Amino acid sequence: MSGEIATFLAIAGMALVTYATRGLGPWMIARLAPGPRALAALEALPAAILTALVAPSVLATGPAESLAAIVTIIVALRLPIIATMAIGVACVVLLRYLI
Amino acid sequence: MSAGRGMNEPRAREFRQGVRDVLPVLLAAIPFALLIGALAVQKGLSAAAAVIMSATVFAGAAQFVALGLWDNPAPILLIVAATAVVNARHLLMGASLAPRLIHFSPAGRRFCLFLLVDESWALAERRARQTALTPAYYLGLGLPLYGAWTVFTAVGAVAGAAIEDPQRFGFDFAFTAIFIGLIVALARDRASLAVVAASGVAAALIHLVAPGPLPILAGSLAGLTAAAFLGKGGQP
Repeated sequence: MSGEIATFLAIAGMALVTYATRGLGPWMIARLAPGPRALAALEALPAAILTALVAPSVLATGPAESLAAIVTIIVALRLPIIATMAIGVACVVLLRYLI
Repeated sequence: MSAGRGMNEPRAREFRQGVRDVLPVLLAAIPFALLIGALAVQKGLSAAAAVIMSATVFAGAAQFVALGLWDNPAPILLIVAATAVVNARHLLMGASLAPRLIHFSPAGRRFCLFLLVDESWALAERRARQTALTPAYYLGLGLPLYGAWTVFTAVGAVAGAAIEDPQRFGFDFAFTAIFIGLIVALARDRASLAVVAASGVAAALIHLVAPGPLPILAGSLAGLTAAAFLGKGGQP
């Protein structure tokens, strides 16, 4: 039974810290009250975060991932997200098999 | 939908648009929810505990890391600390999204923040560039994703050993492709390209020395620094 208690405490702790990370961002911004220059820089944050999320996979995993990423960028310039995703996945599967 | 709901029309339309936009993400997330359920049971958690975890934590990357560290009994402090580190990126996402949530009610904002994951956040940011972000649209993104994540965790926990690693089928790249699509939509001018370059190079370099959550923070801050120096944000 003590194993079960530890399990639920761990899950509760995970839920609490996760919600804290989600809730504290807006709270920080409200407290810091950034000026116009900082706000302009904040506008760039989404692109910066998204790029940081994919960069390890795109630039530092292997040739299959890097090549598939190039194809995906070209596709993304013309097609909607769902097609971009399908073609990107097909590409990486094929390239991982070939390389 | 029906004629008697004239008042709710715009809201229903916003919600449906959110559902449509989140659909690719939903498809990509299902195999990972199945795997989370299967992994949890393999680690000795009950199916109920697996579902409770997905329903209360609702954060894929953190759940994978936590289950990797799981033992019997669970190392509570280690698991909670690892979760905090993996989810630290939410701080940046929440900070970036905050100005878009100002018109939400306080309770609505708190609930929407609970539903914040990489994908719903990114789609909400894209939406905010095109038109005002509404709670209905945001819920259209977040609720289906939350429902699918919880339900398919349960399916994975029951199906157990029959679940295959989604990486074998290239599903890990599905999120990369979705995010590439969103970067292309967000970064259309030269200043944003500089931000993307700074963030990408910094994240990849840090990844080579210290893979994990650090590259995400380092890349984001490098991009932010580039934006501050250029004195321009992501908007053309």
